Amino acid sequence: MQGMNVAVLIKQVPETTDVKINRETNTLMREGVASIINPFDMYAIEEALRIREQHGGKVTVITMGPPQAEEALRQALALGADEAVLLSDRAFAGADTLATSYTLAKAIEKLGGFDLVICGKQAADGDTAQVGPEVAENLDLPHVTYVRKIEELSLGSPDSDGGGSAGAPGFIRVQRMTEEGYEVIESPLPALITVVKEINEPRMPSIKGMLRAKKAAITLWTARDLGVDASRVGLAGSPTRVIRVFTPEQRRRGEIIEGATVQEKVRTLVAKLKETHLV
Amino acid sequence: MNYFLTEEQQMIRDLARKIAEEKVAPRAAEFDEAEEFPWDLIKILAEAGLFGVWVPEEYGGLGGGVFEQCLVVEELSRACGAVAVSYAASALGGFPILLFGTDEQKRKYMPDIASGARLAAFALTEPDAGSDASNIRTTATRDGDYYILNGTKQWITSGGEAEIYTVIATVDPSRGARGMTAFVVEKGTPGFEFGKKEKKMGIRASATRELIFQDCRVPAANLLDREGKGFIVAMRTFDRTRPGVAAQAVGIAQGALDRAARYATERVQFGKRIAEFQAIEHMIADMATQVEAARALVYATARMIDAGERDFSKEASMAKVFASDVAMRVTTDAVQVFGGYGYMRDYPVEKMMRDAKITQIYEGTNQIQRSIIGSAVIKQAIRRASSTP
Repeated sequence: MQGMNVAVLIKQVPETTDVKINRETNTLMREGVASIINPFDMYAIEEALRIREQHGGKVTVITMGPPQAEEALRQALALGADEAVLLSDRAFAGADTLATSYTLAKAIEKLGGFDLVICGKQAADGDTAQVGPEVAENLDLPHVTYVRKIEELSLGSPDSDGGGSAGAPGFIRVQRMTEEGYEVIESPLPALITVVKEINEPRMPSIKGMLRAKKAAITLWTARDLGVDASRVGLAGSPTRVIRVFTPEQRRRGEIIEGATVQEKVRTLVAKLKETHLV
Repeated sequence: MNYFLTEEQQMIRDLARKIAEEKVAPRAAEFDEAEEFPWDLIKILAEAGLFGVWVPEEYGGLGGGVFEQCLVVEELSRACGAVAVSYAASALGGFPILLFGTDEQKRKYMPDIASGARLAAFALTEPDAGSDASNIRTTATRDGDYYILNGTKQWITSGGEAEIYTVIATVDPSRGARGMTAFVVEKGTPGFEFGKKEKKMGIRASATRELIFQDCRVPAANLLDREGKGFIVAMRTFDRTRPGVAAQAVGIAQGALDRAARYATERVQFGKRIAEFQAIEHMIADMATQVEAARALVYATARMIDAGERDFSKEASMAKVFASDVAMRVTTDAVQVFGGYGYMRDYPVEKMMRDAKITQIYEGTNQIQRSIIGSAVIKQAIRRASSTP
């Protein structure tokens, strides 16, 4: 197929930053709160649409969730996604990030794989940032988190002479945001990236897109359709037990080592590292 | 009040509201201060497909009507009256083509107007022809396959920014209204230049500019309908766009009411939220009642037009005059509820009061609207009197 085949993994979340937590089960309470596409996933959708505009291809949006998560998929279709897949089954309920990523990975396999999978950096409700990397591990794909810019993307060229000599392999080169700045990372394709809000400004849907999305067919897959291992999905496949939910204290403190010369600074640094048994 | 919108109308309203709240409102003060045409917001509205809500599907629109156009204008006006009029002006320039254009003219211009790829504008007013529209001095002289336009149009909304202009000129000044003739003139036509850009009290982000025609050769193929039909073109257009000005007024008033009601629950004086004082509570009650009454009249008029009623000049004028007077009162009261803060440019209500004022003036002053309404009512009374012996 011509162009870039891109999957976007999205999550429907409550439309509030003030998520209430059920103190009995330590899980999120979603009742009575309007739902939206996880804001970070909006950047993932936008980036996928921009890739399609530049390279051609197709954008497939996938979500796992209750039947009403279909609404999130229709919003993505209204923005311009080509296809949408909903993974919904009672068996998927209560999934932690491990079970969720296993289920999503099975769907990606069933769809025949993609050149690039894009996720938001984390969900606005759970805030774990684990699902993206875990999906990559499940699929044995390289991944880069916190991408703030795609510098270059190339699908590569296929083996052109048919004589077994390799064509140019596809690759992606991105800027990965760090606390101090960014790293430039290049990865072969297929790959998975998670994106931060600095990467783009998501577009608004169009009326025509909304009308099209209203009528669009959405693929619904259950546990049986995916052929998943029942012990690895939903609550059964979720070893995570939430003991307490709290905001951790920021413990890190930077220290600038003073000294007249580089040699002196190095000596002080090595001494400190030994003192704290880091070397 | 529930106006029982169709699913598609709700979709249009919700999208316009989302854009108004997320994209327009945060930048309204900035554009007002800079008196800068809001091109990036116009592009967002174009990409969203909102310029085409009133355009038939065969010309690339959504196939809605005046009502859908009003819904968008109202939502945008809640956030910024200037962005709303910059949006609405394209319909004012486009309606004459849709109503009076040949199929060829419609195919040439409507798809770009519907997509927002090109903005349209309407040019009638001149220094000596405001309410007295038939007093225009811009002439159109036939020369083979062309008309040669000479004259100056004044206070043209989106002047300089729009690319498609419906221009009313006269083929014979001695014939008054019967000499008026409508043409489509494209930006870039030799002899068509832009003059002074006005500095205004309100809707400052919108462009209001002079159009100057000096031996401007316009193809005869750009004549709308026929010579002498220009006055009718203008009046039939206004009948359809005055509800839009009324919707703008409703939106501005609603925006001011929203902010005043919220402020009243936050501002504490004498140890109480001011909303608890009956003086404020009753002001807010009156503001809300007037806004709802205005909206109901605007919606009813727009729906009547779209349903195919033939004569609706009186109702279009009623909606415009009532809603704009409401907007002026409600925004003035909103400033009053805010007190000293309301007078400061740091708060949004003084801008709404400035923006509201123009709705009583443009597309026919409220005095002209009352003349239209009054003459329609009196004509009807005379007809009734003469038919009953």
